[in-house]
Amino acid sequence: MTSATHGVGHAVPGEHGHHDDHAHHDDHHHGPPSGFMRWVMTTNHKDIGTMYMMFALMNFFIGGIMAMIIRAELFQPGLQVVEPEFFNQMTSLHGLIMIFGAIMPVFVGFANWQIPLMIGAPDMAFARMNNWSFWLLPPATVLLIGSLFVPGGSLSAGWTLYPPLTVQQGMGMDMVIFAVHIMGASSIMGSINIITTILNMRAPGMTLFKMPMFCWTWLITAFLLIAAMPVLAGAVTMLLTDRHFGTSFFNAAGGGDPVLFQHIFWFFGHPEVYIIALPAFGVVSQVIPAFSRKPLFGYSSMVYATASIAILSFIVWAHHMYAVGMPAAGQLFFMYATALIAVPTGVKVFNWVATMWRGALSFETPMLFACGFLFLFTLGGFTGLVLSIVPVDIQLQDTYYVVAHFHYVMVAGALFSAFAAAYFWMPKWTGVMYNETLGKWHFWLSMIGFNVTFFPQHFLGLAGMPRRIPDYNLQFADFNMMSSLGAFVFGGSQLLFVYIVYQCYSRKGEKAAANPWDGAEGLEWTLPSPPPYHTFETAPEVK
Amino acid sequence: MTNGTTRFARRLIAASAAALATITTTALAGNMNLQEPASPIADSVYDLHTVITLICFIIFVGVFGVMFYSVYAHRKSKGHKAAQFHENVRVEIAWTVIPLIILILMAFPATKTVIAMKDTTAPDLTIKVTGYQWKWNYDYLQDGFNFYSTLATPLAQIEGREKKGENYLLEVDNPMVVPMNKKVRVLITANDVLHSWWVPAFSVKQDAIPGFVRDSWFVATKEGTFRGQCAELCGKEHGFMPVVVQVMAEDKYAAWVADQKKKVAAAADDPAKVWEQGALIARGEKVFQANCAACHQANGKGVPGAFPALDGSAKVNGPKADQIHILMNGVMKDGKPTAMVSFKQLSDTDIAAVITYTRNSWGNKTGETIQPAEIKAARG
Repeated sequence: MTSATHGVGHAVPGEHGHHDDHAHHDDHHHGPPSGFMRWVMTTNHKDIGTMYMMFALMNFFIGGIMAMIIRAELFQPGLQVVEPEFFNQMTSLHGLIMIFGAIMPVFVGFANWQIPLMIGAPDMAFARMNNWSFWLLPPATVLLIGSLFVPGGSLSAGWTLYPPLTVQQGMGMDMVIFAVHIMGASSIMGSINIITTILNMRAPGMTLFKMPMFCWTWLITAFLLIAAMPVLAGAVTMLLTDRHFGTSFFNAAGGGDPVLFQHIFWFFGHPEVYIIALPAFGVVSQVIPAFSRKPLFGYSSMVYATASIAILSFIVWAHHMYAVGMPAAGQLFFMYATALIAVPTGVKVFNWVATMWRGALSFETPMLFACGFLFLFTLGGFTGLVLSIVPVDIQLQDTYYVVAHFHYVMVAGALFSAFAAAYFWMPKWTGVMYNETLGKWHFWLSMIGFNVTFFPQHFLGLAGMPRRIPDYNLQFADFNMMSSLGAFVFGGSQLLFVYIVYQCYSRKGEKAAANPWDGAEGLEWTLPSPPPYHTFETAPEVK
Repeated sequence: MTNGTTRFARRLIAASAAALATITTTALAGNMNLQEPASPIADSVYDLHTVITLICFIIFVGVFGVMFYSVYAHRKSKGHKAAQFHENVRVEIAWTVIPLIILILMAFPATKTVIAMKDTTAPDLTIKVTGYQWKWNYDYLQDGFNFYSTLATPLAQIEGREKKGENYLLEVDNPMVVPMNKKVRVLITANDVLHSWWVPAFSVKQDAIPGFVRDSWFVATKEGTFRGQCAELCGKEHGFMPVVVQVMAEDKYAAWVADQKKKVAAAADDPAKVWEQGALIARGEKVFQANCAACHQANGKGVPGAFPALDGSAKVNGPKADQIHILMNGVMKDGKPTAMVSFKQLSDTDIAAVITYTRNSWGNKTGETIQPAEIKAARG
């Protein structure tokens, strides 16, 4: 921050206390500039974390509106609301926006806020790069949304971008390719930042095996991102050259192979699942011990299980492709490797349950979401195990069973854990307690809405309803209607969350103590709520 | 948590559990499970799915029984004091090893089925299936006929102007027909983008990949009509390209094949037919455009020095037997074949037509009509 802007940072509560404590020290380091430029220029991990989270929340609603359009069309058989082409654009963009625009950024936001606070570092290691990695994201979203308005419309070939269909698409596809490139670059920079911060900026005494589990899961996730993102960038670049520069990577007529794309895509795509899931595991590993008032069970086995999952995630990609016609040996290898992931994942679930066992449990909103996560994510894990079995997967591949499965993992898994994190740390970030009654309502409406939406989809898939279709046979009508009704409840109840967040950020509510949770432990709770703009300028001692 | 909210939460949990149970029961009662199998592979897939789902269910109940007991009994609000244990090596080893053993046991039947599914050897019948945007083609390779299979549901039903039928979106004009209890091998490919050929009752799902041929197989054990859909997103009409397979007893199937062959024969040209000159010239022009114009040019002038002109050519205006000979055998020069290769793969009618066309076009005015029978005779 420049000295010219010093002293106008009073918008940030806690600034005063900070000011008094350190009045003698580095004056020009203090307050942020006010107004819009504060957010454009900021290199402060807290500001950037907040921007990531708000950006994710906005995308969550954009992707959510698309989901509502999908469910409205599927409310009953026949074509009523949208044309099939637009329907396909909705399913494709819903996937991309929710994954790259909502879930990934929100966890990067948590990492930005929490990792420096948890390890006792003053900020992220590369503060300017941190600013850039955030500000790359809005242009990417503009490209994604903008692609809907160009001739030919947006990507309508599914978020998986399979050629040759993606080679047939209009210029909207090129915009999507560039958006993916930009988001990939942003993720890689974010990961480098997180790894460097964790490895180099821990407070004295904060050994790796004393780190909170959230930091561990992010450290491992960041390595996954660095390994997986360039692979995706390569895949979409090959698509781009196939589309415009006469190459034939994925065109059999030119000596290429359409299935090659699927191998490359899923070599990125399966680690991506764990890029989303591991930080969620980290959050739950913070929340459950806090509300059980008991240390996390099996800390070191949690770390090893996380690392095992990360490594295994690179050798299971072709389980997304059992139906392309691999040789039996290939199918068997990927089946065994995939089923093996159940072992470390099981260890984590058992550890969480054992953490709760004989604790002193209380169920504030973060704990409710963490329990919801545990219960539903495990259900998604079990359907994943069912899908790992090649012959069963041949029946269920590309049906609604798969849609149900990955929404149990992504929504009840990652999203519920993101809500747990938001409720858990929002008092710290804003200095204001969220409205507990509304929070509980948000949880229960989400829980019921989610299950009514996605539980029936298992049965639709079993009975033979393919995914990505805008219309269906009458035998699927009842369950689709049920699913749509659930989706409207689930979607609508997210407005409650916006209101709750609004209340906290506009400081309407009870003031939060430094540690509002009697069971929560860690360096972040030693700071006032909200923490001053700069924290741990002198590293704390960890015993 | 206050008493009021606890009660509220309990009611909600009870209500949700009841709702899930109701959904499951309705689902199973209303045939919302895997479709009834109609092939041995589908039988084993059905059983495999049931067994694995049951194992998962038992583990699920076990784990979450423990969790919910904890949620119920170990509450702070009930004054429960937290224990502080956080490690137990024995327990941790047990819950790593036991799942591993369960997985290995599950792998055995699964592996057996995978290997059986992949065994496409010694089929009784091979059908080539080609996916198009947005229809299927079934080519009966041994019997020499093929046909397209497209959605038969009228647009009025899709747009809600008519009542939707029972097989809404799952009906086609020409279903694939196979004999019962015979091993049918399907060769699957695509013409444009990825498709996936899926018949749930046979447990066959194979992506159709343009430029590559993949295979699968089934033995249908029941007579009747079996319905599936394209399972791989293939563009805007992806939801509107069903797969319908009709299984017939062997004798009925034989009759159906004979019938199809008759239709093919009826559609083919009869070489004994005597043609009007005008009709033959019109057809000949099309054959010429498709096969000859690249070298001899549409105006018959050829390319000087490379491809001879037909307009005014001595061969074309000379005895017709010579021209027929050239088309049937090609032209050799110094004992080596030239660009003018044999065209005898064309039908008698096509060859007769193109010769008639060249002998009566541009400056050529022989006035002759060559009938298919003459070509047939020249084939010997």
